[in-house]
Amino acid sequence: MTTSERLVKYGLRSIAIGYLAAILVIPLGIMFWKTFGEGLAGPIETVTSEEGLHAFWMTMLCAGIAVPLNTIFGVAAALVLVRQKMRGKAFLNVLIDLPFAVSPVVIGLSLLLVYGEQGWLGGTLSDVGIEIIFSTPGLVLATIFVSLPFVVREVQPVLQEIGTDQEEASSTLGATSWQTFWRITLPSIRWGLTYGVVLATARALGEYGAVAVVSGKISGQTETLPLLVENEYANFNTEGAYAAAIVLALIAITVLVAMNLIRRRSEQAGEPEPNIEPDPGMVRGRD
Amino acid sequence: MGIRVEKVSKKFDDFVALDDVSIEVPSGSLTALLGPSGSGKSTLLRVIAGLETPDSGTVWIDGEETDGLPVQERNIGFVFQHYAAFKHMTVFQNVAFGLKIRGESRASIAKRVAELLELVHLDGFADRYPNQLSGGQRQRMALARALAVQPRVLLLDEPFGALDATVRKELRAWLRRLHDEMHVTTIFVTHDQEEAMDVAEQIIVMNHAVVEQSGTPLELYDEPASEFVMGFVGDAHDIAGEWVRPHDIEIHRERDDQGTEALIDRIVTLGFEARVELTLADGDSFTVQTTRSEIDSLELREGEIVSLHPKRTRVFDDRLPA
Repeated sequence: MTTSERLVKYGLRSIAIGYLAAILVIPLGIMFWKTFGEGLAGPIETVTSEEGLHAFWMTMLCAGIAVPLNTIFGVAAALVLVRQKMRGKAFLNVLIDLPFAVSPVVIGLSLLLVYGEQGWLGGTLSDVGIEIIFSTPGLVLATIFVSLPFVVREVQPVLQEIGTDQEEASSTLGATSWQTFWRITLPSIRWGLTYGVVLATARALGEYGAVAVVSGKISGQTETLPLLVENEYANFNTEGAYAAAIVLALIAITVLVAMNLIRRRSEQAGEPEPNIEPDPGMVRGRD
Repeated sequence: MGIRVEKVSKKFDDFVALDDVSIEVPSGSLTALLGPSGSGKSTLLRVIAGLETPDSGTVWIDGEETDGLPVQERNIGFVFQHYAAFKHMTVFQNVAFGLKIRGESRASIAKRVAELLELVHLDGFADRYPNQLSGGQRQRMALARALAVQPRVLLLDEPFGALDATVRKELRAWLRRLHDEMHVTTIFVTHDQEEAMDVAEQIIVMNHAVVEQSGTPLELYDEPASEFVMGFVGDAHDIAGEWVRPHDIEIHRERDDQGTEALIDRIVTLGFEARVELTLADGDSFTVQTTRSEIDSLELREGEIVSLHPKRTRVFDDRLPA
């Protein structure tokens, strides 16, 4: 290896590792240190306090509703975008990207405009006793909104890649569309789907901006973990804020690890990863 | 019985894929749908299968009209060019798929799959996944999967198109034998005239969304109905508007008024056979097929001018406006 090659090799490595260290590892490390530096009693108290447990529960509830809904919607929308001829597909595509493009605060404000006391629908709903803003439904709506694109965007390219051959083969063998979906399409897109679900979950757990606008931050009622972190911090309970932050981080890490375990187990069971590369036979055939 | 297609037309946007196509496939036969790419042959196969809906026209399978009959209920076996293997299932699960959908018992599925895997020489591969198989093995698996449901007809869309030449030849011969054993009405699509001649009992030649001709391989070769068929099924040359096969030309050393003069560019001998490459006075080049003994007895040399006498020519008037 020449000197310049070595320079490139180690240069690239130090950029990659240095960047991750500066941006991710050092701040998170310091956070851990700060949290537990003064003993465990303080942080544990914050996390196990009534507000802490409630915030944990709220976060799980929001993610628990938003992610399944967005998963069903995501698979359906990806099927429409990839498999169906439809007018206005480009428009649908843009709409799906909207939550990526628009600042979460704006999303929160737009929900206020629709469902708020003075909002377009809010008054009517309020009359029949349904409160959206400053209550749980608002938090769930905001969470759904911000975590919407992930499943669609992960499933779409996989659907494109697998094509329609397998589904057609299934139908010639007598399977109904429903059977084909469950037995062929869904297993074929499972890795893209899993990845989309993990990303959506992570986003749903961590969302702050949109949720903050619609929540009203009523401690013990409409406070999620990220809001609790901010709240504790603003009240100069830094250890408490860090402790809540670490709970949040641990949930996210658990999701990631769980996905990897599921994946590894199915590989051990002998099931190969989806072979997304073109078949060697297919390439050979183009002679 | 068998398959009857009557006046089927199909358009994709502005592209006419099938234009008033009618064909007849006898029960139990092995028929090739032959044509260049874009000729509509695959679309016709997919219409028969129910994977495409024709704009007009009707398909009968075993005497049953299939208008509006969904693909699931046609009881056909379909084999795709790129295998369409269910990648997340083992070979066993792939072949068992149709039987499982039909709700057959575990025991009878296991028995039937074992029989089929033996038939396609994949016994011992039951627990493999498709990406652990070669292209030829995958296509045999796909065939077993299609046969598992005991289809009324077997439809194969360029089944050997993605395989390399050796495997392709092997599978051809094997398909032929398989058909002799099973006698299920079979249509396969191909753009390879040699493959069609080799395997099929009946060939339907398609071009530009219409059927040019159908008949036995020999009929097509000896009595082509159009210039297109003449040129597509076997080699043919056009000498001054008359079509001739490369082996239907005699080479004479003496020049005379009846023959066409040509210059010998190259003589290629391949064992018993020989190929003479020539250039005509108007600059057209073509090839005459003959034997080595013929070349030797005439003492032909490269660079000589000889006289060509076509023995059997055909004139087609389909180039004239009707």
